[in-house]
Amino acid sequence: MNIKDVENLAKLARIELTEEEKSELLSDMDSILEYVKQVEEMKVEDTKSELSTYNVWREDKIESRDFSRELITKQFPASKNGFLKVKKIL
Amino acid sequence: MTIDLKNLTIKKARMALDEKEFSAVDLAQAYLGKIKEKNKELNAYLEVYDDVLEQAKLADEKIGRGESSPLLGIPLAIKDVILVKNKKVSSASKILENYVASYDATVIAKLKEQGAVFLGRTNMDEFALGSSTENSAFGVTRNPYDLSRVAGGTSGGSTVAVASDMALGALGSDTGGSVRLPAAFCGVVGLKPTYGRVSRYGLIAAASSFDCVGQIAKNIEDAEIIFNAISGHDILDSTSVNYEADSKLSSKKELVIGVPWNLINQEGIEPNVKENFQKIVKSFESSGYKIKDISLPNCIALYYIINFAEVSSNLSRFDGVRYGLHKDGKNLLEDYLLTKGQGFGKEARRRILLGTFVLSAGYYDAYYGKAQRTRDALRKEFKKLFSEIDLILTPTSPIPAWKIGEKSDPLSMYLADIFTVTANIVGIPAISLPSGFMEVAGKKVPLGIQFMAPHGREEFLFEVGKKLEMIEGSN
Repeated sequence: MNIKDVENLAKLARIELTEEEKSELLSDMDSILEYVKQVEEMKVEDTKSELSTYNVWREDKIESRDFSRELITKQFPASKNGFLKVKKIL
Repeated sequence: MTIDLKNLTIKKARMALDEKEFSAVDLAQAYLGKIKEKNKELNAYLEVYDDVLEQAKLADEKIGRGESSPLLGIPLAIKDVILVKNKKVSSASKILENYVASYDATVIAKLKEQGAVFLGRTNMDEFALGSSTENSAFGVTRNPYDLSRVAGGTSGGSTVAVASDMALGALGSDTGGSVRLPAAFCGVVGLKPTYGRVSRYGLIAAASSFDCVGQIAKNIEDAEIIFNAISGHDILDSTSVNYEADSKLSSKKELVIGVPWNLINQEGIEPNVKENFQKIVKSFESSGYKIKDISLPNCIALYYIINFAEVSSNLSRFDGVRYGLHKDGKNLLEDYLLTKGQGFGKEARRRILLGTFVLSAGYYDAYYGKAQRTRDALRKEFKKLFSEIDLILTPTSPIPAWKIGEKSDPLSMYLADIFTVTANIVGIPAISLPSGFMEVAGKKVPLGIQFMAPHGREEFLFEVGKKLEMIEGSN
């Protein structure tokens, strides 16, 4: 891994980093990835999952929940007429 | 009146409240007094609620009407990751510093129904990422036994509140040991239930396939009371499971305890911790339990790969658009970059990048894919293991509470989770119980041991927990 990789990951994750943070993260990530790489050596005899996964359904009807619209809208960083205001995307 | 908080338990308080020896307001006042006296030094609470006495008054009215439920009027502390409507909840992060919850978590709704009194929200590692509560954006929480040491994490504020009589019980969350490790470091009981047994609706997510709401108390009976109050299936949490049907199965003859000596005998385990653990194993053996030597793999690598992946996905929602911190840039992209760059602390950023890495196209199979396959294999292994034994016993932590700032290298901190992560990977219940003290530099610091049980078998944990209290009490 090198500093370019860190920059690329930060770009993908939309996080701004200073030069100092980048080099610090690089050395942390190097040693952490080196350690977790040992997962490669863990033996897996049978890869078939026995997990019982199933869908969780509910009736398609409206149930009132204890939400506060006022509390939700109050936390919008920017709003207009009770709507969330966002910046132009395209 | 003065209430002896030191020797008070939920059960004793219940009796005293019902007998009108003291009122819920008296009790709440006593705790508020303690918090005022101690919190500045310990930093367990990030906020003490301003309506504590009103909540207590309501509880007194109910008691006055002859109502009673196990937690009516009982003062509890809530980790800053669980939503209480109309109260701030920040996950100890700058990015949610002023966020106000718009609804109650299911566990909170259940506690409110019982009439519990919420004292305030407690400190933690930011977004439950850490093992010491040093990663909080609002300062470290100190260990009440030695102020120069950490409280453990991530639920350090909650365990310190209970250990230092600033709450009678508390809720935490446990992703890889976050209730059990600080419970061990602070000498209290910390329970991580079976995955899905307690609703997570209203719990801010860290790693969704591991997260559980946990219970923190002074003794096993109190932990059981809180567990009973908040467990159960919840339609609002699609991962919640219903164990009612088979939970009262057979009461088995005698429980067999497996001990993974292969992990305990390896390097990195503090000799005093090992000595204390061996003593506990002997005590159980001489109390008639069968002890069996088992072997468990070291799961830290597997755990952290999945943790990074899930954390990076879960934290992507904090983008400054709908709620939380917003840093204004020239365009939307710059808003994201600035908000996330300034809002997230060091460990959060580290794990977001690591998660992005292990999930990226070129590395997905080698890291995340392999970790998931290994996780499946481990689940199978445990199924087999639990056909031969009923419980697994380990120390909770390989080392006692460390000095604040001592573990500046993140990897060395991850290694402290060696005994706790396994239960989260497999989804089984586990508990940390106080097992005595060791002396470090002239100060006594608490130690803990951990029991793990099969899915839905919290009752096994309560049984051995009570046994251990009897053993420790008679020593």
